[in-house]
Amino acid sequence: MRLHIAGAVIPDGRRADILVVDGRIAEVGDRVDAGAATRIDADGLVALPGLVDLHTHLREPGAEQSETVLSGSRAAAAGGYTAVFAMANTQPVADTAGVVEQVHALGARHGIVDVRPVGAVTVGLAGERLAEIGAMARSRARVSVFSDDGHCVADAQLMRRALEYVATFDGVVAQHAQEPRLTQGAQMNESQLSGELGLRGWPAVAEESIVARDVLLAHHVGARLHVCHVSTAGTVDVLRWAKARGIEVTAEVTPHHLLLTEELVRGYDPRYKVNPPLRSADDVEALRAALADGTIDVVATDHAPHPPEAKECAWDEAANGMVGLETALSVVQRAVVEDGRMDWADIARVMSTAPARIGRLGGYDAPLAPGAPAHLALVDPSALRVIDTGHLVGRSANSPYLGATLPGAVVATVHAGRPTVLDGRVLDGGSDDADAGVAPRG
Amino acid sequence: MRHLLSTRGLARDEVVDLLDVAEGMADVERREVRKLPTLRGRTVVNLFLEDSTRTRISFEAAAKRLSADVINFAAKGSSVSKGESLKDTAQTLAAMGADAVVLRHPASGAAQVLAQSGWIDAAVVNAGDGTHEHPTQALLDAFTIRRRLHGADARGRDLDSVEIAIVGDVLHSRVARSNVWLLTALGARVRLCAPATLLPIGVGGWPVETDLHLDDALAHRPDVVMMLRIQAERMDAAYFPTAREYAREWGLDDARFGRLPEATMVMHPGPMNRGLEISARAADSAASTVLEQVANGVSIRMAVLYLALAGEHGRAPEVAEVGA
Repeated sequence: MRLHIAGAVIPDGRRADILVVDGRIAEVGDRVDAGAATRIDADGLVALPGLVDLHTHLREPGAEQSETVLSGSRAAAAGGYTAVFAMANTQPVADTAGVVEQVHALGARHGIVDVRPVGAVTVGLAGERLAEIGAMARSRARVSVFSDDGHCVADAQLMRRALEYVATFDGVVAQHAQEPRLTQGAQMNESQLSGELGLRGWPAVAEESIVARDVLLAHHVGARLHVCHVSTAGTVDVLRWAKARGIEVTAEVTPHHLLLTEELVRGYDPRYKVNPPLRSADDVEALRAALADGTIDVVATDHAPHPPEAKECAWDEAANGMVGLETALSVVQRAVVEDGRMDWADIARVMSTAPARIGRLGGYDAPLAPGAPAHLALVDPSALRVIDTGHLVGRSANSPYLGATLPGAVVATVHAGRPTVLDGRVLDGGSDDADAGVAPRG
Repeated sequence: MRHLLSTRGLARDEVVDLLDVAEGMADVERREVRKLPTLRGRTVVNLFLEDSTRTRISFEAAAKRLSADVINFAAKGSSVSKGESLKDTAQTLAAMGADAVVLRHPASGAAQVLAQSGWIDAAVVNAGDGTHEHPTQALLDAFTIRRRLHGADARGRDLDSVEIAIVGDVLHSRVARSNVWLLTALGARVRLCAPATLLPIGVGGWPVETDLHLDDALAHRPDVVMMLRIQAERMDAAYFPTAREYAREWGLDDARFGRLPEATMVMHPGPMNRGLEISARAADSAASTVLEQVANGVSIRMAVLYLALAGEHGRAPEVAEVGA
């Protein structure tokens, strides 16, 4: 199959045609010899490398009413993604080679995005003993990222051992940094607002103290550390200090922590309940600056689908989490591109190249080089969308952006040379049994 | 007034008017027939998803004195304890034609969620939500203070320059929160007093003074000392070491009570832990307003239900009748 992407703006700002042949970039230039190729008119569109999400919850196996590997793959494609790392907190937990191979195989069967399973650090995410990390690393799923996400590896000795043992397999521990005793029953950022609202506080120090401990541990044992969903200015300070010392730490920030603040909690609408919680405007500013200056390496969605009943209830009773795959690029554009802080080359780095490198995902190092796998996202940055449920192609609609106007739209996504999204619509990408009989959401 | 969800944001005049309506309701208490026909044919549901006999019977008495039909719905033994969601419960009550829902809920913000949910088109009165607010308690406290200070001339008055100390577990107290917003809206000066473990982070941004020691708070010679209930389980979570130490440092014991000027009011929202946050002598003294608070609670809740329901459909105000 030949694909001719005509007149796109590539990340370095040049206008170019891109020719894709047999799943790989064949040529990038002013005038490519397209021959008999399917043409995508990309006039006015930015051609980004296919986005890579280091932090996705696909919910399968175990919570298929919220999301499946297929529905999550489609949501990812709609957002311009061509690869996602699927977190381990499924039921059963992805703590064995069997589970990660199942998830990996489902992803490969649907073929919409590369689905790379994340393995649990500890058995059952219980934080007590190491899961079979070697077996997962050597399985057909080739797991390279290990995380108990949703739970912190709180025990210092266990974390030390995890860092050392995972490094043995050239993997990385992605830590959900949350000191459990400081956050028992926590409901929102601890602040003057939490005091007023009577919601139990989640203090910034509960994140910062774990990150500080872990960068020191990683340094001590000479291992890589990745910090999930950084949410506070203090964590940024710790990361900056660690990187200046040459410690091998990488970090991610979610789109929602780059845009939304705790003020949204004032109405007790559980759509804004997420862990770590939305923080202050000062934290948001620190996170944007840290992403721009490289202290934070990547944007990762923490896409967390939940069924309606998990959000149609009182705040304390609601589940944590927001869907984010479909809107991530728009939110990032609003947060750090519109004000000129970052350009599209920066976005290509923090949403594709860097996450692929952290996750040891091949094919993303030099995205537009001839011979590279053709993973691309074509974005119309001039679009302006009022987000509605029609834009959410995953199974769940727990988005904090419904009704909000966001810039930018993914017009096309190309995965391994094959379009998965054209004209903003996800192409039919097969079906799974769980999808049968489910009516489309209005 | 469509709903009463919190005292935050209530304006001074709005509160004074509500307290004045409650004065009218209190007058009814002195009549031979202590009942008004105002809410005849209207249905008030007391939806109490957390145990509270005192508040529930106060609302029940208030609704019945206004001739409303009252349905009591408690958590224990109900479908709620079997896992039914607030949404399903609310829709059930809506289908039964509830005009007002008086909600007590363990989760902060539950009343607001119910009011803005679209699940039910009834007036929502917050009867205590988690550690957020308990607006009718604050209203009855303000009403009690105003009556003690001004007696029969209370109507139309606010609490300008009245000094009020609120002492105890502010962190977990919805009564303290509602009182801070309401009393300051009425012009009172509020001091909060607690060990630092029981004051919320960010309390410096509230419109109050804070004292860490009770003797410091009392040294400001407040007109009102409001003692909050301290819960034994807080000890287990290391908010303070022992009940004995708490009582010694933050309890209104006989010695501290004896040093208060005679005119100082001693308040407590109940139920009291005698010997812990308040001594028996202080609780039973002439300075104590504890039983007035209970009586005034019914008048305040009559006023709230009246304003939420009778006002809603633009009926002619029956306050004239109330005051007759």
